[in-house]
Amino acid sequence: MAVMERVHRATTRQRWAGLIIAALAWWALYSANLPFWNWLLGDVAGLDLDTRLGSGVHFFLYDTVKILLLLTGIIFIVTVLRSFMSVERTRAILGGKREGVGNVAAAALGVVTPFCSCSAVPAFIGFVAAGVPVGVTLSFLIASPLVNEVAIALLLGLFGWGPTLLYIGAGLTIAIVAGFILGRMRPERWIEPFVFETTLGGQAVDPGYALTWNDRIQMGLEEVRDILRKIWPYLLVGIGIGAAIHGWAPEQWFAEHAGPENLFAVPLAVLLGVPLYSNAAGVLPMVEALSDKGLPMGTLLAFMMATVALSLPEMILLRRVLKPRLIAMFIGVVTVGIITVGYLFNAVIPA
Amino acid sequence: MHIKILGPGCANCTNLERIAREAATELGLDATFEKVTDYGAIAGYGVMRTPGLVVDEKLLVSGRVPTASAVKELLAPLA
Repeated sequence: MAVMERVHRATTRQRWAGLIIAALAWWALYSANLPFWNWLLGDVAGLDLDTRLGSGVHFFLYDTVKILLLLTGIIFIVTVLRSFMSVERTRAILGGKREGVGNVAAAALGVVTPFCSCSAVPAFIGFVAAGVPVGVTLSFLIASPLVNEVAIALLLGLFGWGPTLLYIGAGLTIAIVAGFILGRMRPERWIEPFVFETTLGGQAVDPGYALTWNDRIQMGLEEVRDILRKIWPYLLVGIGIGAAIHGWAPEQWFAEHAGPENLFAVPLAVLLGVPLYSNAAGVLPMVEALSDKGLPMGTLLAFMMATVALSLPEMILLRRVLKPRLIAMFIGVVTVGIITVGYLFNAVIPA
Repeated sequence: MHIKILGPGCANCTNLERIAREAATELGLDATFEKVTDYGAIAGYGVMRTPGLVVDEKLLVSGRVPTASAVKELLAPLA
């Protein structure tokens, strides 16, 4: 791609000038988003933005642009920062840790390490074969998709600091506690034996080593491109459903059936979310619309966590290294953790 | 020169293989290609993020698909 080649060859001055121009362009677009749609739909197209159709269409267009901008900006920044970290470094840090402290470190590192759950299997083998305890490894694998940059970017943009920090805290706690509990159950019994027989040959290449700023910026751009390419269908469907909820769903119905008084709302939301495979970008627009309808934050965050933390494709991948018994316990422990967090949030944040 | 592409068959592995093949052709290298999809073997090279690029048993890249020119820069001195 031509852009990548130019970044690859950029001089120091070209690089920083490019970054500053990109940042200003981003900021201009983000500020112009709301007035632009108000003007285009309200003044030019003559839609009444207070009607169902008007507010639905407005929500869809405005939210699509806003979420795309937020994703682009935050994925880029996070990827550049994360390029200073690597799975290899994380493993080296975790190698000497005992359970307990190790679970805490693994969950925190799961957030800052560049990692995609498509690499869950080689990472699992790499960690366990290098002597990292299984429970600690699982803490890492739970935290990594649960507290990811896409979720943080969107929560921050749509709900502000409060819910974002609560979400991060809750996600870390679930990863730490679930990994610790699973580690106590002697999970080594339920791991495919070949994992322990793997010898780690070769000199591990640390991808975070000896990167230039041009490399890091290029990785940031690649990551934005790859993630947007992967999630745009989820995003459009999510925003579409969100717009429909926004314009048409009866507030009364939600308040009666899924409001704070319904004690079963949290487990129901979680059980609904576990088999649903989506990512934060697909779920958050719905969460935003439902939150506007008065659904409590705890129920909504629990739904979102269940969707992103436990996915069928990842479980099928992990089956290569984990026996069904451990996969079942993994799902069970994480599910219970998410339900608990949902109740706690509902008790703490008034709807 | 023996080039191995490590990865379970994901989109990134296919991209990496294509880029490496193009680079080898452009540099006029006499290279054989092999796909390594077995997880044990992949982990054996110390790879924890796929895809990985191994040339003559030495791991050169892991965890990302480098640009075509970066691959050429890596392969050129090994010819």
